[in-house]
Parts: sequence; C-alpha cells; structure tokens
Amino acid sequence: MVMTTHEEKMRTVRFRVAATPHIVVNSEICRNDCSVHACVYVCPANLFVALDDGGILFNYESCFECGTCYVACNQEGAIRWNYPDGGYGVTFRES
Amino acid sequence: MSATSAIDPFDVIVVGAGPAGSAAALLSARAGLKVLLLERGEYPGAKNVSGAVFYGSAILNELIPQWWEQAPVERCVTRRDIAFMSPTTAVALDFRCAGEGYATAPYNGFTVLRPKFDRWLAAQAEAAGAFLLTSTVVDDVLRDNGRIVGVRVRREQGEIYGKVIIACDGVNSFLAKKAGLQREFHAHELSLGVKEVIGLDPAIIQDRFHLTGNDGIAFEYLGAVTEDVHGGAFLYTNRDSLSLGVIGQVSSLVERRKRPYELLEGFKAHPAVAPLVRGGKLREYSAHLIPESGLAMQPKLYTDGLLIAGDAAGFCLAAGLYLEGMNYAMQSGLAAAETAIAACQRGDCSARSLSAYRKHLKIRHVSTDFRAYRHAPAFVNGPRLQNFYPELIARSMENLFRVDGSAKRKLLPLSYRMARQFEMRPGQLFRDVYQAARAFLW
Repeated sequence: MVMTTHEEKMRTVRFRVAATPHIVVNSEICRNDCSVHACVYVCPANLFVALDDGGILFNYESCFECGTCYVACNQEGAIRWNYPDGGYGVTFRES
Repeated sequence: MSATSAIDPFDVIVVGAGPAGSAAALLSARAGLKVLLLERGEYPGAKNVSGAVFYGSAILNELIPQWWEQAPVERCVTRRDIAFMSPTTAVALDFRCAGEGYATAPYNGFTVLRPKFDRWLAAQAEAAGAFLLTSTVVDDVLRDNGRIVGVRVRREQGEIYGKVIIACDGVNSFLAKKAGLQREFHAHELSLGVKEVIGLDPAIIQDRFHLTGNDGIAFEYLGAVTEDVHGGAFLYTNRDSLSLGVIGQVSSLVERRKRPYELLEGFKAHPAVAPLVRGGKLREYSAHLIPESGLAMQPKLYTDGLLIAGDAAGFCLAAGLYLEGMNYAMQSGLAAAETAIAACQRGDCSARSLSAYRKHLKIRHVSTDFRAYRHAPAFVNGPRLQNFYPELIARSMENLFRVDGSAKRKLLPLSYRMARQFEMRPGQLFRDVYQAARAFLW
C-alpha cells in the first residue's frame, strides 16, 4: 500500500546495530535548559521521546545518521554524535 | 615525512566513496597515483540518499564513454514538471524534450538508486587502480608540524599517511571541522529530505506518465505540499519504482513543529499526487540532510595537505529551478583530483600548492555556477517563494477558471483581490520581483 504509518516505513529499512551508541543525549540539559525539544519533531526516524520530567529518551538503533537532531538542537552539548563503527548503522539498498 | 610512516604513504587518500570521492579516486588513479578510497558504509552508497536524478551524464561520459550502457541507471529524464500547489490544486509548468542531448547521447539526466549507482562508480575507481576500503570510519586527520599528513581510521593501527587528503565525507563532514575549515551549521542552512521508494509495475509507470521505453520524468512541487514548512517535494520515475519525497528546511520544521514523515504522507495524499502513486508498495524509507545554502555555508576549501569536495564543501545547488548535487559533487571531485595530481607531481602539497583547486573549480564551472546563483538559495528558501507565491498562483488559477455564474474578472483585478486576500503589500511584491530577477536573470 502507498499510505504507511511510521512503523511500517521503518520496517523497510535495514540496520546493523552497533554495540555502542553513536549518539549520546545529555538529558540533564534537555530537562533544565530546553523547552523546545526540537529533536522530538524533526527526527525522521522518530527516535526521541520527551519524558514527563522534561528529559529526553533516545534510541540509537534505527538512526539514519542524517545529523538533523544535532543541527536542530538549540542547546550546546545536549546531543553529541559521531558515526557508528564502520559497516554498522543504516544500510540503504534502494534509496 | 615524520618518523612514524614506516610504509610508503599513499599519494591520495579520498574519504567517502560517493560521487565526489569516487570521481576523485578514479581520476587520481588513472594519473598513476597510489590512491586509497575509504568508505564507512558496508558498501559505497549504503549511507547515501538523494532524489535521485543524476544530471552529470555528460561529465561522466568524459571519464567513461557511454557509461550508461554499463551503469545501473533507472530511466532517462525527458520530462520535467514544476508544480505550484494549493491544498486542492496544482498548476504545473510541463517540459518535455525529445531533442538532442535529452533523448540522445550523452543524455541530460538519469534517475538512479544511490546504493546501486554509487557502488558501481566506486568499482570504476577500483578498476582504475584505486584501493577501496569499506566499513572504515575516518575519525580525524593526522598532523605533522601543523600540516595534515594522513587520517586516523577507527581500526587497529589506524594511522594512514597520504600526501593529499580529499575529504568527500558528505554534508556532515567531520573532517572539514577537524581540519578547522568548517564551522557548525545553523538550522536554516540545511534541509531534511525524507524519501520513499515505492514499487510499481513498469507498464503502469509508462502508461501513467505517458512514457515510452526507458524514458522517465522528474516532477518537483512547491507550495502547500509541505503545508507551512519551507520546502518542496519531488517525484521521479525509476524502472520499476517511484522515488518521491518531501524536503523541509530544518529551522522551519522546528518552528512549525512538523514531523517530516507526516508531511510525506500529506504529499502522497494530495489530489494531484495520489493518482500517480496509487497501487504502489513501499520498498524503502530513507532520510538525508541537504546543504542548501550554497556559498553562504561553503568551508575554506583547502589547507596544507587537504582538499574538500562534494556535499562536504557545500556544492549542492538548491536554487528553485535547479536541484543538483551529484553533478557538482563529481565536478568538484575531479577538480580536487586535478589539483592533487599536479601537487604530487610538483612534490609540494602545501596549502599554497593546493590553492590551484580554485582555478580547477572555475574551469569545471563549479565555483562560477555557485557564484552566479549566490543570491538564489536565500531567496528560494525564504517563506514567500517556498509557500506563499506557489499557493497564490494555484489559488489565482482556481479563480480564473471558475465558472459559477458570477461576472468574470480580468487578470489584474483578480490578482489584486488575491494579493489582498493573502495580505500582501505592493512594496513586498516589487522587492521579491527584484530579488527573483537578481537571483535568476542576470
């Protein structure tokens, strides 16, 4: 079908999950200094979840490595990221 | 060289096997240089996403004559549409060309699937003698007395030495920042593209888009198709699938609190788009950042021992009529290779020697194009061109063609009424016309 939910979209993408996260979120900063939580909206993989206490829960396993969260984040040091180890992470087949 | 280099260094180390990197590696290897091509993905193209129309056919034809006969291309683009959208209407400029250079060799553009195309191109660099190492992340540059003399890769004994490093590591180029040539980006300088490849029977594609044989279309959409987010959308035909997606300026997505994949669903549901994608089946969803700000986000392009090319150098022309990256990536990769080859021959890879890159970029029309269109990104990425005018055009046409028994209005009073409805000031219109002219006319 053409119209798909986000879950259905993500099921079409292949990820080889590395043992260690390549993105680290400092939830202290999200909780204390950020009211925007841009990462929650812009992430195309919907990996950021806002917690009730203002912190951010993050899952790195199905990350596109696009860098949008890092660019959109308005708090210095809240999101630190690097590329996952060679051969790990997202592996596109069609795009 | 420093005492640490026990083995012979490479002449050229290219970081990133996308179109910039593979073109640079191919040309350097053909010149007889010892070339290492590094790629962090499992294979070249594994991390790469674009629309994707490759408009660099003539450029690649210089390197590999009749390349399209052996490369994994999808369809040859002979029809392009630019559509201005309101929520219910599309007004399109329809360009179809069966003429020379479009429907005949060397062709103007091909739709491609990046994991396949990029992999093929990297294999051409290998065939020319470059050494390709995949699954290898470059973490830093190596320095000796301040000069860049190699790269540190995330592997055991990961210090690799080379005379010239060509950084083609994409829009997020960590290397450009490590080398001190690029600053952090602002959210308004980049756009996020989300994309789907949707499988569809080739016979249906031919019928639906009025295509013969291997011809294909490239449709681009502006206006209400991204709601109130600055951006646009695209739909391209592949052999047995469609590539379609929505592009939104990151700062604008943040301001409007819009989720990109929801915009994508809205695009597919638009009454002008839904019949084009009907019956298709999602094959793959993807996302990528686009460096859309041209010269404004360009890093310093060279330093002692290092050159930057492709998206890493901001060589992506997002200027309304144009949405081109792969061709400039390839051209800048070739210019970087030409610079590196001459520097290696001279035995001088200092910044001064590598400054010839500027000249090579000019000869290959990269820097000249970006200079000519330097005013375009800010203008086309502004709120009025991305959303306001396209919708104004679409709604004006709705009124122009409407027959409902009331008096017909001529164009001028109609436009006046529309402008009033959209709360547009005449001064703004004149300023926009001037800016549009400056961006595109002279």
